[in-house]
Amino acid sequence: MAFLDRTARSFLLAELVKGLGLTFSYMFKPRATINYPYEKGPLSPRFRGEHALRRYANGEERCIACKLCEAICPAQAITIEAEPREDGSRRTTRYDIDMTKCIYCGFCQEACPVDAIVEGPNFEYAAETREELYYNKDKLLANGDRWEAEIASNLAADAPYR
Amino acid sequence: MPKLTIDGKLIEVEAGLTVLQACERAGVEIPRFCYHERLSIAGNCRMCLVEQERAPKPIASCAMPVMDNMVIKTDTEMVRKARRGVMEFLLINHPLDCPICDQGGECDLQDQAMAYGFGRSRYDENKRAVADKYMGPLIKTIMTRCIHCTRCIRFATEVAGVEEMGALGRGEHMVVTTYLEKALASEMSANVIDLCPVGALTSKPYAFEARPWELRKTESVDVMDAVGSAIRVDTRGREVMRVLPRLNEDVNEEWISDKTRYACDGLTRQRLDVPYLRKDGALRPMSWNDALKAAADRLKAAPGDRIAALAGDLSDAESMFALKELMTALGSPHVECRQDGAFLPADSRAGYLFNTTIVGIERADVCLLVGANPRWEAAIVNTRLRKRHLMGGFTVAAIGPALDLTFPVQMLGDGPKALAQIAAGTHPFSQKLKDAKAPMIVLGQGALARPDGAAVYAAARKLGELCQREGWNGFNVLHTAAARVGGLDLGLVPTGKLKDVNAILDAAASGALDVVYLLGADEIDMDRLGKVFVIYQGHHGDRGAHRADLILPGAAYTEKNGIYVNTEGRAQLAKLASAPPGEAREDWKILRALSEAAGKTLPYDTLADLRGALVKAHPGFARIGDVTPSSLGSYSGPAGSAMDAPFAHPIANFYMTDPISRASLTMSHCTEVFLNARAAKTGTHG
Repeated sequence: MAFLDRTARSFLLAELVKGLGLTFSYMFKPRATINYPYEKGPLSPRFRGEHALRRYANGEERCIACKLCEAICPAQAITIEAEPREDGSRRTTRYDIDMTKCIYCGFCQEACPVDAIVEGPNFEYAAETREELYYNKDKLLANGDRWEAEIASNLAADAPYR
Repeated sequence: MPKLTIDGKLIEVEAGLTVLQACERAGVEIPRFCYHERLSIAGNCRMCLVEQERAPKPIASCAMPVMDNMVIKTDTEMVRKARRGVMEFLLINHPLDCPICDQGGECDLQDQAMAYGFGRSRYDENKRAVADKYMGPLIKTIMTRCIHCTRCIRFATEVAGVEEMGALGRGEHMVVTTYLEKALASEMSANVIDLCPVGALTSKPYAFEARPWELRKTESVDVMDAVGSAIRVDTRGREVMRVLPRLNEDVNEEWISDKTRYACDGLTRQRLDVPYLRKDGALRPMSWNDALKAAADRLKAAPGDRIAALAGDLSDAESMFALKELMTALGSPHVECRQDGAFLPADSRAGYLFNTTIVGIERADVCLLVGANPRWEAAIVNTRLRKRHLMGGFTVAAIGPALDLTFPVQMLGDGPKALAQIAAGTHPFSQKLKDAKAPMIVLGQGALARPDGAAVYAAARKLGELCQREGWNGFNVLHTAAARVGGLDLGLVPTGKLKDVNAILDAAASGALDVVYLLGADEIDMDRLGKVFVIYQGHHGDRGAHRADLILPGAAYTEKNGIYVNTEGRAQLAKLASAPPGEAREDWKILRALSEAAGKTLPYDTLADLRGALVKAHPGFARIGDVTPSSLGSYSGPAGSAMDAPFAHPIANFYMTDPISRASLTMSHCTEVFLNARAAKTGTHG
């Protein structure tokens, strides 16, 4: 009996029909893929993407060169140099992140006492050369200016949980 | 000796100790802010509270003398609660600006708040704010951070001897301030930065430069004067960021002078980093091979007695030894380390050392300074003299120009005449020296570096013989150059016709010499070198490099391993903290390479070999860190006749005495403020 059953199934292409049935059943289910880059998936407010240096509302840069991010960075991707600015305040003269070293652990933003260095929501910064991934202070501040709205709303969304 | 119980452990300590010191003996750490071993007891921070059995309340252990049968507990709920309470009160008015504070990472308040603090604050009112004070070019003040421990005030008053700091007001209105906002006029002023347990007094030149955890720490010795203070060199990458004192009870206790601390920024400026050869009047960079060949050609072409070598004040013993060996191989007897022309015979070691030792000053009862200004020539020695003065029963007298040593000095005259009178016993002070139990005479370079140096030296030696007691050698020479004693130990004194540096310079001017080799010698009058070919080996583009025909770039004291012998005759190791810049090399390597190029290869390839040869020839250099007492025999050298001219102090500007400090920006600020007094702000300057 088993022999007859098996032979009938193979001549009637039962597996094929079953497989196609599964395929056709997905036609009526909601789509799982998105049309990237025109569509994008949701991101958590805690998403750790490209770094940015933020400013206060009055335009003053937040970073005070305390070097805690440099100290905590497990990949030693951050390099900071500081000296007194003309008004005597403590500021960086150099703030470099080697994005090719960075492991996106987020320790730098955890360590920052003034929320200056943050990992923003941007993840689309692939580059063709390594040099483009050596970020300096200007690049990081420009990132901050560009992404400030998203970064601020993400921080606000996450604030109740910290 | 009282016996007391500390945390259940019975210990016996000397009478007169405080409970805090007894706890330290018992191995129990007591947190403290105001207490410091070398300062008087203030007892105002209350952090050191401990519980004493049968006492109604916690006691301040730093101010409580030990008594028999005391029972001290340091680890009870009462003590913890007291510490938490004190900490909370201290933090009420302390700003939470640790991220921008230079003390962050090495702050007593930070550490103790972590260890003993409460963790939260219940204080909701406005915090106190205090205006910052001006304390000169070295000390940056952020007085809001001050917790009023008064360590700085006590240091200025007691150790530095300048009563220019104090506190105004009381309670919450108390402010620590300087007198009329003047810069703290002391050579030791920057030590208050180390003493400050918080970030109220920080280092101005080092402001925001680096964090303590970024720095690599190398334990070394200082070469800015002949004291050889123990220092710690903090480097980041190749750059020396700061110099801090290291504990050495025999030499500097835990203080260093401002020059020692701040001349380090001169290490990055005016550096020689490639060899240069003068062509058509201008120095042109060239390769090491060409430079060594050019030097060797000159040295080979000149007969031995037409070559002279001068070792500078910052040279290490190894390079001076190699220089001497090279010159001997070349047949030159003219090797000199006394570039100021001071009369110092090298035959008897006790004849050129500070035999009493710096720690021995504390046992002296009479001190006679001859042409010496220890405050500028060796600030650490002056601090020790002041410490001895504060102990009481100490007479200091001086021959030479007027002095302000922060303690009373009896002036006995200004020149060799007064010295001769005392030596002959016709002066009332000589009786005082004879009667003293431990008299000391300190002979400065100002008395020796003059044409009648021999006569002054002979008179001083005679006086030195009066200062000998059982187990006490009271004859002292106070050097100003870190390399001098090492050079004299190695016998870097001319043995030929030319007897001293003046003779060498005269010979150079008259054309009797062909080549002069300067090993970092910058303090001679370069105009007197005439047309001679000058090879300068050194690290800074200073006077020597300006005159040189050939420059071989060497290493500064933080860039090489070397032995320096201080004025007491204590051999100490300077350690390599960072590499020399560019193509500059360690000095002994240059001399070794030059010897090979000149066809007189020196027989050592490594520093260990060189040290081996050095120690074999001069066994004293093997005893690193120790002083070997040597006895002062009778003196039978040349005397000559003394002149009438008064003694002059050799240092005109404390802040600039060598190529490193002359290149230092901080030292030039200090010169401006403390010597020229132009930039000094007063309270009325807005």
